[in-house]
Amino acid sequence: MSNILDFTLVDLVERIKKKDLSSKEITKTYIERSEKSKKLNTYITEDFESALKKADNFDSKPDFNKKLPGIPIAVKDLFCTKNVRTTAGSKILENFIPTYESTVTNNIWNEGGILLGKLNCDEFAMGSSNETSFFGNVQSPVGEKLVPGGSSGGSASALAAKLTPSTIGTDTGGSIRQPASFTGIVGLKPTYGSCSRYGIVAFASSLDQAGPMTRDVKDCALLFSVISSYDNKDSTSINFKRDDYFKKLNKSIKGKKIGIPKEYRVDGMPKEIEDLWQKGINIAKDAGAEILDVSLPNTNYALPTYYIVAPAEASSNLARYDGVKYGFRSEGENLIDMYEKTRSEGFGNEVKRRIMIGTYVLSSGYYDAYYLKAQKVRRLIKNDFDEVYKKVDAILTPSTPSSAFKIGEKTNDPVSMYLNDIFTVPINLAGLPAISIPAGHDQKGYPLGLQIIGKAFDEQNILNIAYSLEQEIKFKNKMNDWWI
Amino acid sequence: MSKKHSDYIIKRNQNNYEVIIGLEVHAQVSSESKLFSSSATKFGAEPNTQVSLVDAAFPGMLPVINEFCIKQAVKTGLGLKAKINKRSIFDRKNYFYADLPQGYQISQYKDPIVGEGSVILDLPSGEKIIGIERLHLEQDAGKSIHDIDPQNTLVDLNRSGVALMEIVSKPDLRSPDEVNAYIKKLRSIMRYLGTCDGNMQEGSLRADVNVSVRKKGEEKLGTRCEIKNVNSIKFMQMAIEYEANRQVDLIEEGASIDQETRLFDTKKNETRSMRSKEDAHDYRYFPDPDLLPLMISDDLINDIKKNIPELPDEKKKRFIDKFNLSAYEANILVSDIETSKYFEEVIKNSDVKLSTNWITGELFALLNDKNLEISKSPISAKNLSKLINLIKDGTISGKIAKSVFEIMAEKDLNPIEIVEKKGLKQLSDPKEIELLIDKVINDNPDKVNEYKSGKDKLFGFFVGQAMKASSGKANPQLINDILKKKLK
Repeated sequence: MSNILDFTLVDLVERIKKKDLSSKEITKTYIERSEKSKKLNTYITEDFESALKKADNFDSKPDFNKKLPGIPIAVKDLFCTKNVRTTAGSKILENFIPTYESTVTNNIWNEGGILLGKLNCDEFAMGSSNETSFFGNVQSPVGEKLVPGGSSGGSASALAAKLTPSTIGTDTGGSIRQPASFTGIVGLKPTYGSCSRYGIVAFASSLDQAGPMTRDVKDCALLFSVISSYDNKDSTSINFKRDDYFKKLNKSIKGKKIGIPKEYRVDGMPKEIEDLWQKGINIAKDAGAEILDVSLPNTNYALPTYYIVAPAEASSNLARYDGVKYGFRSEGENLIDMYEKTRSEGFGNEVKRRIMIGTYVLSSGYYDAYYLKAQKVRRLIKNDFDEVYKKVDAILTPSTPSSAFKIGEKTNDPVSMYLNDIFTVPINLAGLPAISIPAGHDQKGYPLGLQIIGKAFDEQNILNIAYSLEQEIKFKNKMNDWWI
Repeated sequence: MSKKHSDYIIKRNQNNYEVIIGLEVHAQVSSESKLFSSSATKFGAEPNTQVSLVDAAFPGMLPVINEFCIKQAVKTGLGLKAKINKRSIFDRKNYFYADLPQGYQISQYKDPIVGEGSVILDLPSGEKIIGIERLHLEQDAGKSIHDIDPQNTLVDLNRSGVALMEIVSKPDLRSPDEVNAYIKKLRSIMRYLGTCDGNMQEGSLRADVNVSVRKKGEEKLGTRCEIKNVNSIKFMQMAIEYEANRQVDLIEEGASIDQETRLFDTKKNETRSMRSKEDAHDYRYFPDPDLLPLMISDDLINDIKKNIPELPDEKKKRFIDKFNLSAYEANILVSDIETSKYFEEVIKNSDVKLSTNWITGELFALLNDKNLEISKSPISAKNLSKLINLIKDGTISGKIAKSVFEIMAEKDLNPIEIVEKKGLKQLSDPKEIELLIDKVINDNPDKVNEYKSGKDKLFGFFVGQAMKASSGKANPQLINDILKKKLK
């Protein structure tokens, strides 16, 4: 069936349940298209053979009570998958095969999902363009030589190019929402503590969250209801009653108060983005929402704060990759020499840059001026949101300050690369949920996204608002399969 | 702090130096599983058989606090009469080493679980209070083994992640003897509490020793050196003596002391510089983002408080007040929890004074002789109690008791049966004793005359003869009484 690729995740689930489609048919279709799409370089590790076997197994003993019955899915290569290589996009884990499964992926398999393979990403999720991966650039299906964004670039690209019906990424400072915005898909960064971090290769522990990346908001609600769970293996996982976000999805936003933060009107923001934002505001107003101007006064400090906190945690989190126990080792004269060689050869430049920044800001004499101050500012940023949420139910902003850029365009200018995350980073610092939905195109025809930020654990509300906006925006991807 | 000062003084030329010592004791928490994982903690297991994915720091693995270890730390804190901090933080101490899989040790830095407390030492000069600065929880590292393979260092991660309590004293100790008393008291308290087995051979208790010296009378502390990881009291004492003398020599030469970390070489009996202050690691401590601040409720603290057993200081006081024991006797009986348990078992049914004497006398000598802990005593508390009762009610004499004790030491038999089987019962029938005495008097008319004419000393001779005639079993008191009457 040729239209399998056009079905949303929710469509596929319905059709499987009605026995219109088999798991095998769907899985085969996605594998065939993935095979034809190697030019995009989305997969680091394919698990196609095993996926077909699992699809056969499902079809012979189908369980239609599952939320993702026999549905194939490729996932970001930051999730540890039992017996399937997990690299985090790094040479240092090039041949690492976990003996264990991350909680988030495990939740997917428990609901009937089938692993297609592991998707490319920036090395240890450090990057905004998928250019830091040891396994090479990912191209965006939006256009040749265009970055898909990062760090979940392989996931965004694979989803937008229809190589998987849905996917999951991780978001430390925008790594789900920015690539979602660049490729015209939906991406949700859940509240910190909503999805377990167990089995996800850590970048910055206090910021990392896994989340769904899907074609539309309904798919997003469905996949999110699968992956969010309390997990006693993660001490930062929050134990609260999780609703069925999919069943409770509701497009009525009448009377909802939506805040528009003035600090997000940054200098030099393209007019297209201004216009997009205004379009979003108008749609929300028309749907019955009340629009309020709000202020998040410490927004300016979010990016510098993030680039202290995240590297600090990363410098410590990545200390375990030392060549002693697993992963890449370069032999040395002695222990120190082995460490130096292993880590010099095993890590890429961006990772090394952040390890150095992180080591610096934690070192004695600098700790108070950098790390401690950043923690205080982080609290102020969170307080800003708490204040605003006394008045509004959600906040609407653009997802990114620009559309996708060319591969290589920003690789020599880390700061301009970091500026990509200016609208997404504050949300991670505050631990809040935010969703990016495709909302339009710029003059070049590249997708642009809008971000809806919610109160902690109020994912249902931002999914509902996103769902409502989505109905009016009627976004259509303009891809032409140029890579096939 | 007590005003009593130790007389441990180092003399050089005309100067008297005082030695200032502070200890950082690392005590392994008695717990089936590790601080942040469910791996076992058994000592002596095959290398790398008690290692989880968390202990080996696999990608994506996260620490989850072991609640039991928290309770153990709180319990220890209460035993040290210390302040329990209701909010404490786990930090990462970052450094690279082959036996540190995470590349950092999870420890507590600025906000430890337990704050200031104290320990009372029972010294020959009296009691002395040693201040406790803090107690914090941390992970142990693995073990690097350099001497098995000539080319490679081998790593055993069994210990990686095992819970340790670091107990930091104030610089209140003044001599190797005080250090000995302090470690023993600390160990005794933890063993009473069941929070650390205190087994130094197995590495459950080790210490970093901080030593400085100053001229007696000076207020300002001298520059200190830290001697790392000393694992026996004897070595601690040797290290302190060497180090204090080294520092005094330097001062006397007019040289200065560098603040540094030193190592004690047990073979050469000397301390050696490991690294100077300038080379000290920058551990880049910061709060572990994988763990939330540890909050302890009043309810939990109160629950633990309720279950704190009577500790050595309280027990000692009770023994003195209730049983009239001397401070010395009480100290001996309470210092080890097993001894105190044994003692209390014996006195359940027996005379306290006799029990004290027999335990601290005959039993301790026996244990010492056989190099046994009291928990492995060949004579059970029950049987010793029976033996003491036989003495008390006059069934056997003290002298016979000693020979019964010897038999019991070979095989833990019921002394009542031994006495019966061997016919050792004391002869207490006055008529029988009178017969024996009559015979002695009849057999020794000369001596009787001499006695009656004033040679009082001969009384002992008659007692001895009568006792001999009874094969040692006659009640000596009765012999005395009857003899006195007959010889009037």
